[in-house]
Amino acid sequence: MSSATLTAAAVANAARRGNPLGRRLLIAGAWLVFLLFLVLPLLVVLSQALKLGFGTFFAAIFEPDAIAALKLTLIAVGISVPLNLVFGVAAAWCVSKYEFPGKSVLITLIDLPFSVSPVIAGLIYVLMFGSQGWFGPWLSDHDIQIVFAVPGIVLATLFVTFPFVARELIPLMQEQGTQEEEAARLLGANGWQMFWHVTLPNIKWGLIYGVVLCTARAMGEFGAVSVVSGHIRGLTNTLPLHVEILYNEYNHVAAFSVASLLLVMALVILLLKQWSENRLSRLRHSDAEE
Amino acid sequence: MTIRRFALAALASTLIAGPALAEQTLLNVSYDPTRELYVEFNQAFTKYWKEQGNEPVTIQQSHGGSGKQARAVIDGLRADVVTLALAGDIDELHSLGKLIPEDWQSRLPDSSTPYTSTIVFLVRKGNPKNIKDWDDLVREDVSVITPNPKTSGGARWNFLAAWAYAEQQYGSEEKAKEFVEKLYKNVPVLDTGARGSTITFVNNKIGDVLLAWENEAFLALKEEGGDNLEIVAPSLSILAEPPVTVVDKNVERKGTRKLAEAYLNYLYSPEGQRIAAKNFYRPRDKSVAAEFSEQFPDLKLVTIDEHFGGWKVAQPKFFGDGGVFDQIYQAH
Repeated sequence: MSSATLTAAAVANAARRGNPLGRRLLIAGAWLVFLLFLVLPLLVVLSQALKLGFGTFFAAIFEPDAIAALKLTLIAVGISVPLNLVFGVAAAWCVSKYEFPGKSVLITLIDLPFSVSPVIAGLIYVLMFGSQGWFGPWLSDHDIQIVFAVPGIVLATLFVTFPFVARELIPLMQEQGTQEEEAARLLGANGWQMFWHVTLPNIKWGLIYGVVLCTARAMGEFGAVSVVSGHIRGLTNTLPLHVEILYNEYNHVAAFSVASLLLVMALVILLLKQWSENRLSRLRHSDAEE
Repeated sequence: MTIRRFALAALASTLIAGPALAEQTLLNVSYDPTRELYVEFNQAFTKYWKEQGNEPVTIQQSHGGSGKQARAVIDGLRADVVTLALAGDIDELHSLGKLIPEDWQSRLPDSSTPYTSTIVFLVRKGNPKNIKDWDDLVREDVSVITPNPKTSGGARWNFLAAWAYAEQQYGSEEKAKEFVEKLYKNVPVLDTGARGSTITFVNNKIGDVLLAWENEAFLALKEEGGDNLEIVAPSLSILAEPPVTVVDKNVERKGTRKLAEAYLNYLYSPEGQRIAAKNFYRPRDKSVAAEFSEQFPDLKLVTIDEHFGGWKVAQPKFFGDGGVFDQIYQAH
């Protein structure tokens, strides 16, 4: 073990024993890292965006290509998040309430998009739906376009955000077990009533947390979407792609302006996440006290 | 529930309204450094097209590394016209995609190349590493920025310019191969497109010299005010010919052939030639070229057809799987 980790362990030990110096060092260290690697870059983005004043800032955000990019991003989020919500609940339900062969394989498969590089996620769709792909000739004959158009972008976003809701719900639902549902059925509830009045209230905050994470990722996805986009300005560029284009055109102020728009959206999502997380942990505490 | 239904309806209407709103559109899939050129050219053409008594038209643009862009068109990006960095990439539209006829390059004047360029060096102001010619790029203390020849057209012109110099200077293919191998050992990053490399060199301040399209180098000077950079012209370079073509299969599907052909022909008009020259591309038109003669340094240029036997020979030999570039790049 290196001396650095030894000292770190010693400091951590000291902190646990209530050594005020060690504790302060640890906290100061955490703050330093936080300021240096998170707050400072965020400030740089904002300061670059506002370098030429609010006029150019808003001009960059309300420019037609930027608006088109924002619209497309919202469309991708608006389709992929609800679909992932339905899929996530169904998958978590299936995995946590039933026993069946191949269950662990299914759980592993749900995680696949986390481990696959986004570039490959994009290429999968090009290889399937591109002109040279499996379904290419058929799609071309029927004049249906999937890659290099909105459907491809939605599919790519869907793929990379696939695990978020399910991953969040599976441990929660496993922890809760099946007793309450069984009780509901014994009292005469049908399947839908049981889900609506028993399961859903129990998983509500976990679900919201998963959806929030899913939304954040869907909004910010770059790699997979970049592969299937075709980069047509005002048509198939999402916000992150638009930022890259502006940056590559020496248009730094506009690039950082649009980037800060993404940043603000991310901060809103973060607040939502914090809120749902608090509710979730309060729920778990009250469960524990009962 | 009602809110959700409303949101869904709104979403559906945006999706449906998208294509319905569009007037006649033309998609020009181009390579990296032409962004500024086509912003200006598209404005001029849109105006001209309307003045000719046609319905208004919207031109859409897509830019990226030339090889990557060709790949996207083959994979189904519905380009009406492609304006790429080299004929080799457009040949693939025929051989892999069957989107255009084999003789596409003879359909327009000057081998379908309305403007040309060449490869020059961009160095830091004052030329601190004293880089004068190709030989300086293989010095151990020099770091060279150039994109990846597999994805970027400009990078292939860079490679061939270096090769042509070394072959002429040292007399054999073997020596030329050693020379470019040494040169690529000095390259710390290979970006996928020319613009990525320019950003690496100019903004991120990596490297001592950027091998760049002449037009890209001039543009970088213009954007950065010329305070930090200067251009060095090597003793020998290559005539870079970025050709254009209508993508037959796509224009037939979309019914845009007349528009697409008018668009490309306008590149050859005095107005189009002047816009190209203003954006630092060398115009083909003699009288326009004379107007801008002071702008372009007089360079000794070899051509791809005379020196390398054309792209049909050069592409597989140098940049195909297992070609010269693979051999020298894997070696390090």
